[in-house]
Formats: sequence, structure tokens, C-alpha cells
Amino acid sequence: MDVSVSHVTKEFARFPALNDVSLDIHSGELIALLGPSGSGKTTLLRLIAGLDQPTDGQILFGGEDASHKSVQERNIGFVFQHYALFRHMTVAENIGFGLKVRPAAARPPKTEIRRRVGELLEMIQLSGLEKRYPNQLSGGQRQRVALARAMAIEPRVLLLDEPFGALDAKVRKELRKWLRDFHDRTGHTTVFVTHDQEEALELADRVVVMSQGRIEQVGSADDVYDRPSSPFVHRFIGEASEVAVRMEDGEVWIDDRTVGLKADGNGPARLFFRPHDLELLTGCGGCFEGVVVGSRRLAGARRLEVELGGGRHRVEIDVPVDHPAAMKSGLNFRPRHWRVFPVAG
Amino acid sequence: MTDRMLRKPHLRSPTDETLLTKLVLIGIGGSFLAFFLFLPLIVVFVEAFRNGIGRYWDALVEPDAAAAIRLTLTVAAIAVPLNLVFGVAAAWAIAKFEFRGKAFLITLIDLPFSISPVISGLVYVLLFGSQSLLGPILKRYGIEILFAVPGIVLATVFVTFPFVARELIPLMQDQGTGDEEAALSLGASGWQTFRFVTLPNIKWGLLYGVLLCNARAMGEFGAVSVVSGHIRGLTNTMPLHVEILYNEYNMAAAFAVASLLAALALVTLALKTLLEIRFDAGNAGGRRH
Repeated sequence: MDVSVSHVTKEFARFPALNDVSLDIHSGELIALLGPSGSGKTTLLRLIAGLDQPTDGQILFGGEDASHKSVQERNIGFVFQHYALFRHMTVAENIGFGLKVRPAAARPPKTEIRRRVGELLEMIQLSGLEKRYPNQLSGGQRQRVALARAMAIEPRVLLLDEPFGALDAKVRKELRKWLRDFHDRTGHTTVFVTHDQEEALELADRVVVMSQGRIEQVGSADDVYDRPSSPFVHRFIGEASEVAVRMEDGEVWIDDRTVGLKADGNGPARLFFRPHDLELLTGCGGCFEGVVVGSRRLAGARRLEVELGGGRHRVEIDVPVDHPAAMKSGLNFRPRHWRVFPVAG
Repeated sequence: MTDRMLRKPHLRSPTDETLLTKLVLIGIGGSFLAFFLFLPLIVVFVEAFRNGIGRYWDALVEPDAAAAIRLTLTVAAIAVPLNLVFGVAAAWAIAKFEFRGKAFLITLIDLPFSISPVISGLVYVLLFGSQSLLGPILKRYGIEILFAVPGIVLATVFVTFPFVARELIPLMQDQGTGDEEAALSLGASGWQTFRFVTLPNIKWGLLYGVLLCNARAMGEFGAVSVVSGHIRGLTNTMPLHVEILYNEYNMAAAFAVASLLAALALVTLALKTLLEIRFDAGNAGGRRH
């Protein structure tokens, strides 16, 4: 089922949570909405689900306007951040709930419901726990029950709000892989919200990066990591070092020196690069020439704080752990990949 | 290692007190309870049975007493279900939705708690009395509110209004709307969501509220006294009947009827404790009393 979000705006008490957002989700895709808290990603998910109504704009399901359809009519599977399992129902009752509440004409017979619940339990690898109550399950198990409950109604679209947010790191990694397999097997159009970039990059076919109620960039993991389209995306995804530069004569300048990087355009700009993605040089004919002013150990590298241009700029770069750089010693380097964004005004 | 730790004497936890302090504090608390709570309760039952079980029984089945008991049960049977419905509806609206004037509505619900029951009764006298606007109109159609059962029911509903709502609002606010949204997203209708999800989530709190509401409905004196007119056998509830018997120096009968009310209080207390245990088991982290 294709889902199309078209010029959607959502205001809460005059405060815009989403500002003219458009997004096309293709059938069978696994999409991540990624952004810091307050970026509007959960709002967008709830609008697609029909749990909130947009102030302006349309949401289309398979080309059909769903704006005025209720949550029930949209036939979506929604997995809540804190699972929202019904605490007074067993696992089996939770999973079968969506089938039990169907109108009499569409409701499968009890034996059929039981069979379907059994199948879903097998799929989420929790067979044998159908008589347990939610508070007798671990976080990861609850998460999977919530997913099975949403799947039971055979939704057209599966929506997950921070699906792994409340789990510890190890379980999170396992479930991440499990969800990817699950998606590949069932082929559902799936949208999930996360603030964890690693999760978004690893899991999603396409990542939608959001900030302050707008979509900053939509693209594959390679796109958003290697070719970020804005300073925000570059800062938010992966690690970034940045420095104020100037573009002139097809070159990048730091103050009055060229640094050996080509650039089209003119005027003030900011240069971004990844701290680990650079080459260290011995001689310097047009490169970054700096002085080490700080050093701290990361897991697999040593991060140096380097002053450029006689102390007017400061960047962070990663060097091998056994690199001999000492405080106050000079250091020359050049980023392998970089992005230059003109500074407006 | 454990042994050595166990043998270390006189290491009190910071919040603990010496034995003497404990005894004094517990003694004060205990004697206060005994004097102000247990003693009066015992007196009620002792006085009620002073002239033997036969006289006790006679005092209860005597026509005016029986009528008072019947009236009290009738009033409670009308007022409690009404406030059950009102209370659930009000709590539902306040806890699950955002709207203008919510704080004002919460204050309004508390109003019966904050004003004297006598005033609550007077309000109805002013509203439906013979000098009022509504009274004469209703009288023309043969509808009697004041000094009749409808007035007593109205006054009781007013006084007991907050019990269910007050019990449910914090509970439902605490539970949020997540479960309801989940049910809706699974295709449940509004009514199904209420029946299968909301109601089971609040059932212990609801029972608890109903119990308190009932206890107050049966025991209410002030507001009912103002609107009832004290017509024997017709508009006297149990608390009013006790007062009349007492004023007539009919102590044994007064205490016999009073003992019924006291017994009701004890049953309510026992049920409340039982419910709290269930409540605790069902809603860890919920609000306690």
C-alpha cells in the first residue's frame, strides 16, 4: 500500500509541530522517521495513523484521500512506544483483540481466531506463553506481542513509534535484526520512528531526517551519511567536524590560506567533514595546518582537538591510538570527503 | 561475615527511633483511637442491645423504622447508580480529553465537598420551595419535590456527587490514553474500547468509589434533614429517624437503628480494605488512600 503525505501541516495550540511536510512512501518499503525530540516525527506517524488530524494538507492511502477516515477505517497496525498492551488480558487475548472486536459479519469464528493467534505467536517466537499476562513478560517479549497484536488485523500499513526505545542495548540489537527479517518475510509497508541514527541507518530502506517540523532529507543510508543535504543532517547523522571557511576562485579558504579543497561558489561557508575520514600529512602544501590542544581516548581511536589559523578555529579529528601527536605539536591533515554549505547572508 | 554483621548491636537505621519514643508515640496514637473511635462504636452496640435482642428486633420492624430503612435503601438505589454514571462520564471527559474550562469543571465537581451539607439542602429549598420560581409551577402539575422523596434523592445525589469522579480522575489520568488509542487502532468502536479496555482498567477504583458513595448516601444527614420535612413513615431516612427517636428519649430504639448504620460503616470498611488489597495488586504504582 502506497502512502502519500501531501503538504501536511499540524499545529498544537498555534505551535506548528509539522510545517508543510510532503512524503511518498512506496508499497513494501521500510521507512525510518529520524530526528531529535520535538522534530515532529511522532506527530507525522500519528497523522498517518489517524490518531490525530492534520491542520492542513492530505494523507493518501493508495491514491485515495484518507484525511476524513477514522483510525478504525484506515486499517493500520500501530505499535506504541510503551506497547500499550492490555494489562488485564493474556497474551493470546491481546493478540486476538483486533479480530474479536470486528463487526459480527466480518468476525472470524472463535476457532479461527485461536488458530491465527497461534500462527502469530509462532511468528514472534513466543509459542507457549499465550496464557501469560503482559506484566509477566520481559520488555522484548512485550514488544513482540505488541507487534503481533498489530499484525493480527492484517493492516495495510505497519506504523511503529520508537519500537525499541524502552529496551536495553543488547535486546534492541537483536530485535532490530528480527524486525528486518520480519519485514522481509511479510513485505508490509512499514514506517517507524526513531531518534537512534544507527537504528535508522541499519534497518531502513530509506531514512527521512526531520528537524523542527520539516523534512531535511529523504534518502538511503548512503545518501544521508555520505551526501547530507544540509548542515543539520551532517551534524545529526554520524560525527561532524566543522569550520568556518570562504569560497573563492574555485578553492576553499581558511582565513587567508587555501587548504587544497576544490569548491564552486563564492562567499562565506561552513566546511564539514567526518573526524575519522581524513589523511594525515607530513608536509603541507595546501592543507589543514594545526596545533594539538587537546586529546582524549575513544574506543578505537584517539580524538584530538586541533587549533587552526593560529587559534581562530578549532576542530576535532581522530587519529590512530598509537599516533605520537603531543600537546602543542603541529599536525597537518586533509579530509578525504567533505561538504561545503554556503552561509546565508 | 554475615555473622559479624548480625551481631553488631544497636545500629539503628536513620529513620528509626528509640524504644521509649516508639512506645510513647504508639501509646498516644492508640489511646486516641480507642477513645474517639472504638469506644463510641462499642457504646452504640451496647446501648442497642441493652434491653435484649427482642426489643432490638422490635425497634427495627416497627412500621416507622421499617419505612425509614426502606426509604434509605431506595434513595441509595437511585443516587448511587446516577452518580456512578455521572462520575464515570466526568472522569472520562476530564482524564482523556483536553478542553477549555477543565480546571473549572474539576472545581465544580469538588463543590459538594467544600460546602456545608445544610447549604446543599437549602439550595433545593430555594429552588423548589413554595416561594421559589420552580416550586409553584411544578406544584401545578402535581409534582412534589420538597418534603418528598424526589427532594431527598436530589439532595443525596448532590452531596455524594464527587465520590466516584474523584476516585477515578487521578486513576484515569495516570493510565493515560495509550490503551484506548491501541484499541481504536485495532478497529474497536468507542463503546467496545470503553467496555473491553477502559472499564477493566478502572474497575477496582470504580468499585471503591461506589462503595464510599453508597456509605455517604445512606448516612447523609444535613442536606436530607433540610429537604425532608421529617414526616414519619414517609420522608424520614435512617439518620433522621435516629435523631427523632433520640429526641423522644427512646434510647434503645435510637441505638438499634444507629447500630444498623454503624454496621453498614463496618461492612464498608471491610470491603474497602479488601478492595485496596486487590487495587494494589492490580495497579502497582497507583494512588493510595
